[in-house]
Amino acid sequence: MPIFKDRIAASKPLAFLLCLVPLAALVWDTIQNDLGTDPVAQLEHRTGLWALRLLLATLAITPLRRVTGWNKAVRYRRMLGLFAFFYVNVHIAVFVFIDLGSYFADITEQIAKKPYITVGFAAWLLLLPLAFSSTQKAMRRLGRRWGQLHKLVYAIAVLALLHFLWLVKADKREPLFYFAVFAVLMLWRVPWSKLNSRDKRPSPPLRRSAPQTQSD
Amino acid sequence: MLIRQRPDIRASEITPESIYRQRRNVLKTLGLGAVGLVAGCGSESAPSAATAEDSSAADKPLAIAKKGEYTLPDPQTSFKDATHYNNYYEFGTDKSDPARTSGRFKPTPWSVEIAGHAEVTGKFTLEDIIKPHPLEERVYRHRCVEGWSMVIPWDGIALADLLKRFKPTAQAKYVAFTTVNRPSEMPGMRSGVLDWPYREGLRIDEAMHPLAFLATGLYGRELPNQNGAPLRLIVPWKYGFKGIKSIVKIEFTDSMPRTTWNLAGPGEYGFYSNVNPAVDHPRWSQRTERRIAGDGFNLFGNRIETKPFNGYADQVASLYTGMDLRKHF
Repeated sequence: MPIFKDRIAASKPLAFLLCLVPLAALVWDTIQNDLGTDPVAQLEHRTGLWALRLLLATLAITPLRRVTGWNKAVRYRRMLGLFAFFYVNVHIAVFVFIDLGSYFADITEQIAKKPYITVGFAAWLLLLPLAFSSTQKAMRRLGRRWGQLHKLVYAIAVLALLHFLWLVKADKREPLFYFAVFAVLMLWRVPWSKLNSRDKRPSPPLRRSAPQTQSD
Repeated sequence: MLIRQRPDIRASEITPESIYRQRRNVLKTLGLGAVGLVAGCGSESAPSAATAEDSSAADKPLAIAKKGEYTLPDPQTSFKDATHYNNYYEFGTDKSDPARTSGRFKPTPWSVEIAGHAEVTGKFTLEDIIKPHPLEERVYRHRCVEGWSMVIPWDGIALADLLKRFKPTAQAKYVAFTTVNRPSEMPGMRSGVLDWPYREGLRIDEAMHPLAFLATGLYGRELPNQNGAPLRLIVPWKYGFKGIKSIVKIEFTDSMPRTTWNLAGPGEYGFYSNVNPAVDHPRWSQRTERRIAGDGFNLFGNRIETKPFNGYADQVASLYTGMDLRKHF
């Protein structure tokens, strides 16, 4: 009997290791004292960037399935999402315990007063229920509501992007690039062909929550 | 955090050469030297081996006539950090950009135009401007509005000494400074992130204050391009962006000059921009700062409390008597 039930399952350990590469690079650069002049800022920037990239990767699964027809890609999504959550946690830990350090109590004031920290914190809060409902058991128990709950990922992505945009002083090109990636991933979800055919009908009644595939 | 009391540290003592060499060897063995790290690790110990991209290698020693009057007990920032972590958007918006991209910038020959309400105006060569004054070394705290800070030994002259030579008239209420406008030598200017050329300004009494300083060098060497060669302003009680770099024009005006960051974000960057822990920037708390200084493993314990006027309140607070510093931030 084979160890893995199929090729996706067999490739998952490799995907897992790949997701750990950014962390390994960070640890290596830290040990080598090779994070540049402001190592704390580097750690914050790199962990935040990887959290955002992995979050966008989870949102890329649906368009990927549409374009390639490779439906099994969805089986990587939970791992990507959980790694996004993992890097966010490292990001916050660096900010609170290394950057603020002995001034860690300032975090409450910063969350309350600084818009980019407020939205970043909100994104993290919204990630919590998604991370904790990611088990098979939770999926079964929540049933249809699981899909509804996990629509929060769109709000989280917007908050995370705002967090990035608002912390940049003047050169907005990098955060705007990620906004553009997000926009493309969202536009791909619009069922353009359905919209067109609907337009031709005389004012059809808008049907809420038509039966959907579990793709989102 | 405790600031270690180690008076009179010379820049050369901050990071032992052997450590830099070790780091460079590690990088070499990893074969990482080619991926953009070169600019960050070549200049300190071996200026002769530096590449064309790294203009900090210029390493031209200056004759310093006077030092010791302005010193600090704080550990100094290393020369490498001070020259490879720069906000000089004309050379790019990443703080590692200026050291990499300023190699083509030519700080010589240089002239400065003196204009406005003064008896003596016109265009002067840098030699005309600097030569009559003996160079002085001053160790100042440097606090960036972004929340990090350094301790840097600057070489230059008191701004007041220079300004007085042009005999500003009674109408000279402010002094406006302009940075050179050379997109062909400054690759960051191709982006429209700021309204070029960079402009800054001071009230005349601020400009005449003995702490206001014009630097032509740091750590006993000529200013590297990325630090604002050949002539830049240092106003240690204000946020770093007030310290305009590569100055080509000084104008005495009767009204408050428009300044670049104030134009970019009026609610964020005031004309005065005095370091003030009590007035938060809309994005960042200004109560504390991350000090970039010393050597070795620099991850923990760098955060210190920011002082009013960056620790120069005794000298400069009287300039602002009666002003609401929350309003005039």
